[in-house]
Amino acid sequence: MQSKVSNIQKPAAPALKGFEWRNYIVYFAFVGVLIYFSISLSDEGFLTSGNLLNIVRQTATISLMALAMTFVISTGEIDLSVGSIAALSSLVGALAIQAGYGIVGGLIGGVSTGLVVGLINGLLVTKVAIPSFLVTLGTMGAVKGFAMWITDTAPVPIVDANFNFIFGSGDIGPIPVLLIWTLVFTVIAHVLLRKTAFGRQVLATGGNENAARFSGVKTMKIKLMVFLGTGLMAGLAGLLYAGRMNAGRFSFGEGDELSVIAAVILGGTSLFGGVGTIIGTIVGSLMIGTINNGLIIMGLDVSQQMIIKGIIIILAVAFGKKAMKR
Amino acid sequence: MEQPILEMKNISKAFNGIPVLKDVNFSVKKGEVHALMGGNGAGKSTLMKILTGVYTADSGDILIDGKPVSIKSYEEAQKNNISMIFQEFSLIPTLTVAQNIYLTREKKTSLGLLDDKDCEKKTEKLLEELGVDIKPTDIVQNLGVGYWQMTEIAKALSQEAKILIMDEPTSSLTKNETEVLFSFINKLKAKGYSIIYISHRMDEIFEICDRITILRDGRYITTETCSETNLDTVIQHIVGMEFDQAFEWKERAYDTDVPPIFEVRNLTAGNVQDINLKIQPGEIVGIAGLMGSGRTELLRSLFGIDPIENGEIYINGQKQTIKNPRNAIDAGLALIPEDRRMQGLVLEHSVKDNMILPILSKVKKGTFIDNKKSNDISNDFVQKLNIKTDHIFKQARLLSGGNQQKIVLAKWLANDPTVLMLDEPTIGVDIGAKTEIVEIIREMAETGKAILVVSSELPELLALSDRVVVMHDGKIKKEMKRKEIKTEEELQYAIQGF
Repeated sequence: MQSKVSNIQKPAAPALKGFEWRNYIVYFAFVGVLIYFSISLSDEGFLTSGNLLNIVRQTATISLMALAMTFVISTGEIDLSVGSIAALSSLVGALAIQAGYGIVGGLIGGVSTGLVVGLINGLLVTKVAIPSFLVTLGTMGAVKGFAMWITDTAPVPIVDANFNFIFGSGDIGPIPVLLIWTLVFTVIAHVLLRKTAFGRQVLATGGNENAARFSGVKTMKIKLMVFLGTGLMAGLAGLLYAGRMNAGRFSFGEGDELSVIAAVILGGTSLFGGVGTIIGTIVGSLMIGTINNGLIIMGLDVSQQMIIKGIIIILAVAFGKKAMKR
Repeated sequence: MEQPILEMKNISKAFNGIPVLKDVNFSVKKGEVHALMGGNGAGKSTLMKILTGVYTADSGDILIDGKPVSIKSYEEAQKNNISMIFQEFSLIPTLTVAQNIYLTREKKTSLGLLDDKDCEKKTEKLLEELGVDIKPTDIVQNLGVGYWQMTEIAKALSQEAKILIMDEPTSSLTKNETEVLFSFINKLKAKGYSIIYISHRMDEIFEICDRITILRDGRYITTETCSETNLDTVIQHIVGMEFDQAFEWKERAYDTDVPPIFEVRNLTAGNVQDINLKIQPGEIVGIAGLMGSGRTELLRSLFGIDPIENGEIYINGQKQTIKNPRNAIDAGLALIPEDRRMQGLVLEHSVKDNMILPILSKVKKGTFIDNKKSNDISNDFVQKLNIKTDHIFKQARLLSGGNQQKIVLAKWLANDPTVLMLDEPTIGVDIGAKTEIVEIIREMAETGKAILVVSSELPELLALSDRVVVMHDGKIKKEMKRKEIKTEEELQYAIQGF
């Protein structure tokens, strides 16, 4: 260890070059994907404003979860339970509306569902000291089971048109409501990560937990907060699913953890913690959405999409690791 | 008389009833660099951990500026203006210098957001004042280790630290970086900061320190003024007068007429440069040197852990290609690593499972492991090495340090290596087991193996070795026949580079 560190001399020019290249790769990749689909799918209407807005709509849920996931991964942890949380919160929200509690009731129901699961994840990671991978693998299954159980796998329709407008299908002029949700939270997340003490401490915790603690960072509190964050955003994403589909359903969010983590890693956040970027995450998320959309238009089915997403995540991490090693 | 800035009076501390500090006194004046010295286990780091609140003393007082204080955590130490300069491990590598220095203490704008510009400005001023040539916006992981340390010091000073503790600060620094650090320390001294300097390197201590306090076996021995003492006196105080009979060296006969069983030619790997070494069958060669002199790295590269850049290795006259530990094992090499808990044992596994791990292919019957044979081998070793365990199925973690180390030895002896390399074979082992391990190593040599031992404990090295090789900055600086070394002091001189 010591000998390795002492080899690093001050002007680390080549390493720096590789580092920056890694930071921007997602933008090149995104542009590449766009160009590829624009040309190959020009006849199928890929490059129409309708389809592009469609991509934004389809990606909103992934984007919101990916924003929160950026914080979790920046602390060096992981949250696999986001997809299941979205499913459960879509149902809780729908049930609350069905029971006559209105939009606010639905919102509170969905969001607090997410917060409760996030709190459980966070406490198990920080207080019981179980690795987050295992904790959230467990809650992923349990929460999904819970979502299937409360309505016996039956979907819960939402007839409240205002809810459906605000949380999904609405357009204000030409702008989809889901685009507004995405933009607002992107700005909030960016400021939170880059400009606040909380964000700085998230990056410090992931960069070197011991050092952060010695500098006075309450690393356990920070970790608890980031899991509350993914819980909150996954809960909200569940409501956006419900709003877009006019129903709560246990199958929403299935496999989303893969897309979400792929988006974050692809965006340039380090799976080993300490380095995170919100803008990268959003571009990564849009890229995943674009690939999904393009593959559907191409006529590939869900199984083939999953294969491609799996490959993307492995490639993204492999590139990241190479850059880490330097 | 001038009031010392720090006084530690009659400090005692025991772990599990075993005293590690007995009535230790230590005091530091304002604006002085005060060395704390002593051999391994003398109690230096325990004393410093008490000062920084990691441990609490069983008895004794700590006074700052003459007022008694209670330090129960690192935060409380910082409140009393005491800061430990950790080496490279206490910074966040992915953040900038300024972000690291002001972490959790950032100034906020009126909107409650971080004011990075303010941090950078303050950092720039601080770095300029200290004459450190880095930018506040540099990312820490892109800087050399020397600069990590200065960033760390700048951070401590920005927290109003008045007493800085530096533990082997130069161990990972190059010569140039060390010089920069020393001129930096002199600047701090002139500004009235006090520095507690822990190191084994005498030349550095005489260069930079004002006074030296020496501990031995948990006791306060003396405090000397650097300008009025000399190397001899200091070394004598550190070594003490006691001589352990068990560690007496016996001249051993080995065959010097046959060709060497193990030979290294012009080996270069990482920091280790141009190593030439020959070992006769049955010969024990000790490697001495300071921390960071390349001793461990040499063993690691010979065993294929660190890549060999250049050079040749011969065993029994046969040239060997060693690219990984598997090659090394096949070639007849064995390495008993420094950290047995991390690198030597699977602690959760049984004594037996640990022992047979490297020889699984030899205890197989068809596809399956031959239980009888592997049990016999394990029982045999337990008996031969006098390992204190109820049975061979006991988990390794339940055994004492000395017995664990014997398992590691057994593990490699089972494979019957030609060349046995040991890195700090008796570290953290009680004195009884120490003697036994020394005896086992001697017996191994008697069977005609080549043995290479790295140790920081000079009595042990002197008890074992037929020849001692001294390393310095990755190179072999000196080779001495054991016969020619009269005293431990003489070896200590050689290690210090005089």
